[in-house]
Amino acid sequence: MAQVTLHVNGQTTVHDIADNMLLVDYIRETLGLTGTHIGCDTSQCGACVVHVNGVSVKSCTMLAAQADGAEITTIEGISTGDELHLMQQAFHDQHGLQCGYCTPGMVMSAIELVEKNSDLSEEEIREGLEGNICRCTGYHNIVKAVQSAATKMTS
Amino acid sequence: MYATRYVKPENLDAAISALQEADEGKILAGGMTLIPTLKQRLAVPDCLIDISALGLSGIRQQDDRLIIGAMSCHADVEHSDLVVSELPVLARLAGGIGDRQVRNRGTIGGSLANNDPAACYPAAVLALAASIQTSIRLIEADDFFTGMFETALAEDEIITEIHFPKVAKAAYVKFGNPASRYAMVGVCVAQHGDGSVRVAITGAGQDGVFRHAGLEDALQNNLESSAVDKVDIDDSGLMSDIHASADYRAHLITEITKRAVCAL
Repeated sequence: MAQVTLHVNGQTTVHDIADNMLLVDYIRETLGLTGTHIGCDTSQCGACVVHVNGVSVKSCTMLAAQADGAEITTIEGISTGDELHLMQQAFHDQHGLQCGYCTPGMVMSAIELVEKNSDLSEEEIREGLEGNICRCTGYHNIVKAVQSAATKMTS
Repeated sequence: MYATRYVKPENLDAAISALQEADEGKILAGGMTLIPTLKQRLAVPDCLIDISALGLSGIRQQDDRLIIGAMSCHADVEHSDLVVSELPVLARLAGGIGDRQVRNRGTIGGSLANNDPAACYPAAVLALAASIQTSIRLIEADDFFTGMFETALAEDEIITEIHFPKVAKAAYVKFGNPASRYAMVGVCVAQHGDGSVRVAITGAGQDGVFRHAGLEDALQNNLESSAVDKVDIDDSGLMSDIHASADYRAHLITEITKRAVCAL
């Protein structure tokens, strides 16, 4: 057992947790933020992507203890009240999801991708989302959504 | 994952003490291999020693060498202006490892200490004749990789830095597994300042990364892709698994080496 202090979506949380607790389990079970999904649990699918100190991370492949002191942003932390983040809105507008299971991870990866490079080619978007697997869409509308959001996020 | 203990020492001495005191301690660097391994219960360490607070990240130039801290993540190497200008082969290699999230967490030191037979970094370290600085000594690349998932590191030895000499030219090309991005065959070809050529191959050998004397001799005489065709690649000692047979890997070594030479 160890005490960890995390700053999740702008709020400081302090909990005693088991040393082997995964960050994704801390987010979902301890904090009840179930927008972050567990898809494969083997570091492949990216449904669990969150931002740790501003970079995208698969939260199923990091211990909560490793994140002690970090700023965490989950899918719940990117909208402003009822107003969706531009990336969320773009996924909605472009039909970038079907079942929606991969969407939180896709959105979190895509936000980091666009924040680091706003001038992305289609190929760069596809490469940038390599760590996120979607079984429904064939990725076409996801790429369109990221292209659309990139234009709006930088204008 | 089995229960384990997690500690995060604040200096190298404390980390080594923690390793020595544990029955079966494991160093936790980026965790991109170790944590999935723990989740599959393939490793049962009684203590995880997180070395992220030891100040081992950072990239600098010293004399004619590029020195990369062991805890530098792949994304740091990929985007480092210094690496891009002084040793671009390494920046490109780092940018091809795994996916963005893996590159944000996985470290060069972790990759080398693990010595996965299909990892990318060992090929570059061997072909570039880098040396590995540990908590107690400097190990030449030729002495470091001792077998599949085996290295010259002692149980309580921690990699702190990797020293890369600058080379005349070098290229790394991999034939990646389409799902995992691990190398089914990855070849790093480097021409050093003294004119010598080193060729290191990852993803193929049963004993992990290795240099190929035949390819090195051929390319030493003629650094053209046509020289590669004249070299017979023996498939004994190459891996055969669900991804590729030894015979196919031998074929890939020829093809990927030619591509690497063309990319010089």
